[in-house]
Amino acid sequence: MTATLHRLPDLVPPPIELPPRTSALRAEVRAFLAEEQAAGLWTPRADVWLSGWDERFSRELGQRGWLGMTIPKEYGGHGASALDRYVVTEELLAAGAPVAAHWIADRQIGPTLLRFGTEEQRQRFLPGIARGEVYFGIGMSEPDAGSDLAAVRTRAERVDGGWELTGTKVWTSGAHHAHAFFALARSAPRDEQHRHAGLSQFIVLLDAPGVQIRPIPLLTGAHHFNEVVFDRVFVPDGMVLGEVGAGWKQVTSELAFERSGPERFLSTFPLLVALVGELAGTTGAEREIGGLVARLWTLRRMSLAVAGSLESGEAPELAAAVVKELGTRYENEVIDVARLLVAVPPDPGAESGFARLLADAVLHAPGFTLRGGTNEVLRGIVARGLGLR
Amino acid sequence: MTGAGMTGSGMTTSVNTELQELAESVFGDAASSDTGFDAGLWRTLEETGLARLTLPADAGGSEGTFEDAAVVLAAAGAHAARVPLVETDLLGGWLLHAAGVPLPDGPLTAVAGRLEVDGTTVRGELPRVPWARDSAGVAVLTGAHVVLLDPRAAGITEGTNLAEEPRDTVAVAGPAVAVVAAPDSVAAELRLRAALGRALLLAGAARGALAAGVRYAGERVQFGRPIGRFQAVQQQLALAAGEVAAASAAASAAARVAADVGFAAPATRLAVAAAKSRAGEAAGAVARIVHQVHGAIGFTREHDLRLWTTRLWAWREEDGSDAEWNTDLGATVLAAGPAGLWPLITG
Ligand SMILES: Cc1cc2nc3c(=O)[nH]c(=O)nc-3n(C[C@H](O)[C@H](O)[C@H](O)COP(=O)(O)OP(=O)(O)OC[C@H]3O[C@@H](n4cnc5c(N)ncnc54)[C@H](O)[C@@H]3O)c2cc1C
Repeated sequence: MTATLHRLPDLVPPPIELPPRTSALRAEVRAFLAEEQAAGLWTPRADVWLSGWDERFSRELGQRGWLGMTIPKEYGGHGASALDRYVVTEELLAAGAPVAAHWIADRQIGPTLLRFGTEEQRQRFLPGIARGEVYFGIGMSEPDAGSDLAAVRTRAERVDGGWELTGTKVWTSGAHHAHAFFALARSAPRDEQHRHAGLSQFIVLLDAPGVQIRPIPLLTGAHHFNEVVFDRVFVPDGMVLGEVGAGWKQVTSELAFERSGPERFLSTFPLLVALVGELAGTTGAEREIGGLVARLWTLRRMSLAVAGSLESGEAPELAAAVVKELGTRYENEVIDVARLLVAVPPDPGAESGFARLLADAVLHAPGFTLRGGTNEVLRGIVARGLGLR
Repeated sequence: MTGAGMTGSGMTTSVNTELQELAESVFGDAASSDTGFDAGLWRTLEETGLARLTLPADAGGSEGTFEDAAVVLAAAGAHAARVPLVETDLLGGWLLHAAGVPLPDGPLTAVAGRLEVDGTTVRGELPRVPWARDSAGVAVLTGAHVVLLDPRAAGITEGTNLAEEPRDTVAVAGPAVAVVAAPDSVAAELRLRAALGRALLLAGAARGALAAGVRYAGERVQFGRPIGRFQAVQQQLALAAGEVAAASAAASAAARVAADVGFAAPATRLAVAAAKSRAGEAAGAVARIVHQVHGAIGFTREHDLRLWTTRLWAWREEDGSDAEWNTDLGATVLAAGPAGLWPLITG
């Protein structure tokens, strides 16, 4: 055996503990969620960050200071740490609360505007995001550009005072409710040698002339996704996000925020809670339940470790890909185990309970391992990190 | 404190980097294809203060934290080190010290088992004691007593685990070196310490196996290119990397929880159970993938891959298998009920 072990990259940052001050915050959020539920304002659901659109709830969170937490005070935020935000978001998801309306704005748009936005853009959007009143979407995917994002074809052409966008975005979550989205477009002709060059990001108001939004129903028939068609949509210079031509770099830095959060392993957590409810007081299923909880505990620790590393200014892209890949497969495993342990037919018509949560989870499951980069693509990122490509 | 230059508890992250480098170099230098006790490595571990890393100074220890131990054990596992480090530092040394029994010099081992105790005379048989034949003392937790045995005065029947590590049967019928009353709650703590130590070793061995797989995939050429250039192989190794990441994260997070709140805290029991179970699960997946990637050569004795994979298979069953810890964990969860699940996880 050779004395030196083949060097591997750090696959996950060192473990962290949440600062003690977060306990009080957690307790407050938990009490608020229990109150809302007791008042019948919403029922826990699976995959709430995609499907739980509830603007009253988002505004309520905004009033309590639980949105835009990491946005500085001068932009209407709260100047809190990413770890405080982590605690709030994981409490919301674990409770199955309806967070979809503000989700993308709070998670991605806020931090990206802080990082790349102009002063004017920040003042225009951030206060509304922190109040839970301004909602955003993400316009990356296109009919011919999914995993291969560099293939986007939406064209941005220089015109007087700005740009004109023409093309089609697909799978845009929430575009039919959102006020605006970030659109990735080609601002310079495609160069096969430099596929990532010539892309730019634009802030497009979704009620702008020339924007058409068409529903693409999910397999449940529900409306979350959209096709967004641009026909020479004018975007003023003031709404270019970051640098013209730097779209690829900006988009990939956005993805680090997107990939490692608790939404990547908690989509089916309300089903796990219902499963424990079905089995409490019985014996014989300890091993399977324990297996799920061991994996969940581990994923949360991994996700927290990445959050700690983001907090200290790093962008652990490899670790984020690992967490998302494992987490989204775990979300599916919860369904498999639940089905094996409790023989109740899934019932999409039920108001609540195990049968309803199982139905939602099964019907939403195909999305878990696709959205935000497919698991195959994520494994490709890990393989690159290992030095294999 | 000896060679390593570590002082006091609560070492900082930067010292951990130093410790990590020290551990990597010590275990890396000792790496070999042999099996059986590595006396040379053990001497180095004693000289550098790593052999009794977490023990107090009055027990000859370096007063390191559990996070320090996590770093060292992960390196030991990654380099397939052939020494009773967990047994000496985390288990035997700790148990004897907790019971007020002076520690013998040299490697130690520990086991919970059944012995008849009559004054200082003990009688009975202890199966599968790790490294008994190579140890200077066997610490036994038996009922209400902590017993120290001299293995040279006991009957030893040699046995091994899948990795050819000593797992001997120790038979005694006569005077022990020491018999004292067991302090409260050592039984629960001994079990948790053993599982945590094993989880850390497992995470290290999983990393060693993955490193071997990645290296081989870069060297082995088929169809005119290294097999690591094939997407199917890349995807498999990426899956293994995910498992390694999970095992490492779980084991080191559990060490951190134990360091922060102690072994009596329910949060530590949950963390250790999760870590041992998750590391055990990863062990099987990683071993399967790296063997597949190595093809037939990895299935031979002449190849070193076995050093990691046989440890992965052996260790996942030791100190509580994944199935046992999952059952433990599941019982806790089902007793807490649906409203108690999330508080347990965030606990
Ligand atoms: C619920 C949900 C919400 C979404 N929300 C949004 C949104 O708000 N905004 C937005 O822009 N997009 C959104 N998406 C789109 C999402 O990002 C894409 O679905 C995803 O990137 C995959 O692209 P695709 O669907 O075109 O599949 P394709 O890229 O066509 O992939 C099809 C299959 O081929 C595999 N494949 C492709 N290339 C490779 C490769 N190089 N190696 C190995 N396998 C490969 C994929 O892994 C997949 O299994 C959403 C998707 C879902 C499911």
